[in-house]
Amino acid sequence: MSELVRKSAAELGTLIAQGELSSREVTQAHLDQIAQTDSAIHAFLHVDVQGALAQADHADKSRGESNSPLHGVPLALKDVLAQKGVPTTCGSKILEGWRPPYDSTVVAKLKDSGIVILGKTNMDEFAMGSSTENSAYGPTRNPWDTNRIPGGSGGGSAAALAAMQAPLAIGTDTGGSIRQPAAVTGTVGVKPTYGGVSRYGLVAFSSSLDQAGPCARNVLDTALLHQVIAGYDPKDATSINAPVPDVVAAAKRADVRGMKIGVVKELSGDGYEKGVADRFAESLAILESQGAEIIEVSCPNFKFALGAYYLIAPSEASSNLARFDAMRYGLRVGDDGARSAEEVMSLTREAGFGPEVKRRIILGTYALSAGYYEAFYGSAQKVRTLITRDFAAAYEKVDVLVSPTTPTVAFKIGEKSDDPVAMYLSDVATIPVNLAGVASMSLPAGLSEGLPVGFQIIAPAMRDDRLYQVGGALERELHAKWNGPLTNQIPDLQVR
Amino acid sequence: MALSYDDVVARYEPSLGLEVHVELNTETKMFCGCATVFGAPPNTQTCPVCLGMPGALPMVNEKAIESTIRIGLALNCAITPKSRFARKNYFYPDMPKNFQISQYDEPICTNGYLDVEVETDEGAKTFRIEIERVHMEEDTGKSLHVGGATGRIHGAEYSLLDYNRAGIPLVEIVTKVVSSTGKYAPEVAKAYVKELRDILRSLGVSDVKMEQGSLRCDANVSLAPIGSGKLGTRSETKNVNSLRSVERAVRGEMIRHAGLLDKGERVVQETRHFQEDTGATRSGRSKEQAEDYRYFPEPDLTPVAPDATWIEKLRSELPEKPSVRRARLQALWQVPDKEMAAMVNAGAVDLVEETVALGADPTKARGWWLGEISRLANEAEVELSSVSISPKEVARIVELIGAGELTDKLARQVVAAVIAGEGDPDSVIAAKGIKVVSDESSLIAAIEKAIADQPETAEKVRNGHLPAAGALIGAVMKETKGQADAARVRELLLGQLGQA
Amino acid sequence: MAGKSRISRDEVARIAALARITLGDDELTHLAGQIDGILDAVAVVQEAAGTDVPAMSHPLEISNVTRPDLIRPSLTPEEALSGAPASEESRFRVPQILGEEA
Repeated sequence: MSELVRKSAAELGTLIAQGELSSREVTQAHLDQIAQTDSAIHAFLHVDVQGALAQADHADKSRGESNSPLHGVPLALKDVLAQKGVPTTCGSKILEGWRPPYDSTVVAKLKDSGIVILGKTNMDEFAMGSSTENSAYGPTRNPWDTNRIPGGSGGGSAAALAAMQAPLAIGTDTGGSIRQPAAVTGTVGVKPTYGGVSRYGLVAFSSSLDQAGPCARNVLDTALLHQVIAGYDPKDATSINAPVPDVVAAAKRADVRGMKIGVVKELSGDGYEKGVADRFAESLAILESQGAEIIEVSCPNFKFALGAYYLIAPSEASSNLARFDAMRYGLRVGDDGARSAEEVMSLTREAGFGPEVKRRIILGTYALSAGYYEAFYGSAQKVRTLITRDFAAAYEKVDVLVSPTTPTVAFKIGEKSDDPVAMYLSDVATIPVNLAGVASMSLPAGLSEGLPVGFQIIAPAMRDDRLYQVGGALERELHAKWNGPLTNQIPDLQVR
Repeated sequence: MALSYDDVVARYEPSLGLEVHVELNTETKMFCGCATVFGAPPNTQTCPVCLGMPGALPMVNEKAIESTIRIGLALNCAITPKSRFARKNYFYPDMPKNFQISQYDEPICTNGYLDVEVETDEGAKTFRIEIERVHMEEDTGKSLHVGGATGRIHGAEYSLLDYNRAGIPLVEIVTKVVSSTGKYAPEVAKAYVKELRDILRSLGVSDVKMEQGSLRCDANVSLAPIGSGKLGTRSETKNVNSLRSVERAVRGEMIRHAGLLDKGERVVQETRHFQEDTGATRSGRSKEQAEDYRYFPEPDLTPVAPDATWIEKLRSELPEKPSVRRARLQALWQVPDKEMAAMVNAGAVDLVEETVALGADPTKARGWWLGEISRLANEAEVELSSVSISPKEVARIVELIGAGELTDKLARQVVAAVIAGEGDPDSVIAAKGIKVVSDESSLIAAIEKAIADQPETAEKVRNGHLPAAGALIGAVMKETKGQADAARVRELLLGQLGQA
Repeated sequence: MAGKSRISRDEVARIAALARITLGDDELTHLAGQIDGILDAVAVVQEAAGTDVPAMSHPLEISNVTRPDLIRPSLTPEEALSGAPASEESRFRVPQILGEEA
């Protein structure tokens, strides 16, 4: 393994800018690392070797004209974002072979900053899942223990970071799909404020909850990537037309003196493993020692969040995924010249969607259907109001809220795959954030029995900078203790 | 045996509901920047958004909102302070996302009305059509059915899809139930669509071409026994593509429903398709289950909350209502009621107005548009406005007649040639060598010949019986192949016979 | 709610048809049980909110986001059709369409 792949994105960016390293060398080192490790991890669905090297060469040529701190640095892209000419499957058979004729706004911004896209990472099909086991192309494995899940839906992006295949990654988070994988792989992931990053070209799962965000192995790299992808987009009507908070400055400032940090009472207790609770308590103690005031806060309606989420997200998904019908792109099954378009649609959707996607489409179709709308979708929308009010009340008292990101460490592959309700509980602490559209980060808090534990910070909408301010402070102390990022402690990586 | 219409309306009371879809004439589509040119080569006006590609997002066309509000204001509607888009979910291959972005429980305009006038046994009568809602949505793509004999959907082997039309802004205008029309239901329906079309045209928001589908009407019809106070089961007739068809479809459905009810059968609530050739309707494929559109708020778009000052500005800029304008023009041109109605029915008001504005006398302008040009339009089975002669050309012809350079007969030749595409009036006249014979020596020669041929008639005129001159003038006109100015011929003839 | 199912197998079949998914018999039975379990778990939302709580369909409270009526370049027909399972004469070729005449 090249030592280059352990370096942070900020460091690589600086070395490339100074001419100490070429983007091609850096990109090649990461492509080599993918080649050496991905048969065990399966973080990538598509490695774009030629495209990445061409982008790296272009980055080397244009180095002088760029002031981007991440110019020439490679990145892993979740396969739910459209990249022109590059296969985009969303982990589904139904989109096998589809190459979008356009770039998502996130991809356009990455390209504009000279970032090199290595390839597309594995995910639960259409981002529905918490383990990446629902990928039609096989699961991704957790670099900490390859018998365990890397979280989901963005397990590929998180595993790629942990396995040193890329220093940066893009994820998307509908109910925790950035933060839960970050937690269980010992990496950092941020779900920005809803509307903070354009959704144009993000293949929609649940439009009112989906948000793309930055992932990395440390807080500053995450902030640098956040700054690249955030901002108003005239192609997305739900993108916020306001300046992006200065997340990079906040990550560098990393000072919590005088801040009020609220511990959410409802996101603790039963169901939270002891190791998780212990690491969380230790992190709180660090923040307190750094000068923050720790206050307990109650959000009584959070207990309804999971129910609301598993109605709203499937409802929107049932509509968003209707377009996969074998007519204009993607898979077509059963077109024998005799069958009608209607029959071919139904056969294709039966063959092209996996069990979890079908489950959610049917659930969502039911929740929206005549006679059930008010009882299910309508009630869920009211819960959304109540949860938003809980957040508003909490932010009257505190600057940020905190909780463990997940109740448990990474579970074993196959352990919960046929028990959807048990699987859904993985996201109990992350889901309220998406329902209210606020900003949230997960960063490593340490290990429990050799597996990473995540610490979640939740900031008010458009105050994403506070995530970095608090996260940066906590990380400084923890990195000092661990002598570097937590991912350096992954047992097998040294031997590979 | 088919029932007579009189028999139907003697026993049944019809109720109507009319849904009109109008394609706006914006430069770009409802939710993307693709052009909207009619008849462009297939799939040349498409992009990830209107093709429903994964990841693409809609963005509302502000001009479409403005046009819809103007339509609502012209129809006396209230403008909703905060309206929302909703998704209407159903699968159909011509709809790229398998949902249509539309408006559901929060449409942009509600509760308006439109007054229409219909000629009844007791004279002209005004019917008020109440408008329930006006809302925005997007059009679908077009399918071409291949294989099978007719190009129709049934029997086709496969279909080809062109999404150029997908996403073009549509405005849907829905009436409340229209009752108390009695036997005039078909005429009221037609008058409503026509008045609506005139309003939309005056607003300049749509091409309103029924034959190109930029204005489409669905007619809901139901019958109930007179005095029952109930509403019958309705049928919805689609594919009604001309004003005449609106009237025929309503009348035809009333007769069909009455036939069923008379036999004690049930009217099925269903969609039917109007057959232009027979005037009858045909049942659409009946659905095994009622549609369940699963409407929910469109999460990709924000609400539309038009500013009150903006609405007032749009209101103040509305053009004169077509009905008000008609009354004004009728007084100005001093046209009798019947002829004004004829002009309106023929769609000639705009054309006459433009012709008059170019200097023509109103009576003459009206005479040409309603006379010869209407006759040629009927022959060609096209609408008057589609005939290829312009008000400017008509005004020039009227001018040439006034100057004595054309006779009426010659002018008819010129009109026919202009419509046939042979050029403008002046070039037609030049090319065909058309001219009024004004060489008086040849005229006098013709007059002398006529007098010589009909000595007895000439004698009568000489004796002061002036009406007899007509026969002689006719002979002169015949001799000169109509190229002479009849008034001058008369003058010269009377001079010759001592009656000047 | 134990013992009493919230959704019948027939109802799941009807919904699957509405969602254009052809389910096999075994899959339908399995899925019906799971959907029932999920509905049981999510039905808690019905107890959460009274009629006085407004519905929230979106986290953002912005209105009137529009674009000017200006033409942007379209895709070429080749790009538009690049992912099509079948095409002919610059159009998407699809199996025979049943249902209403458009």
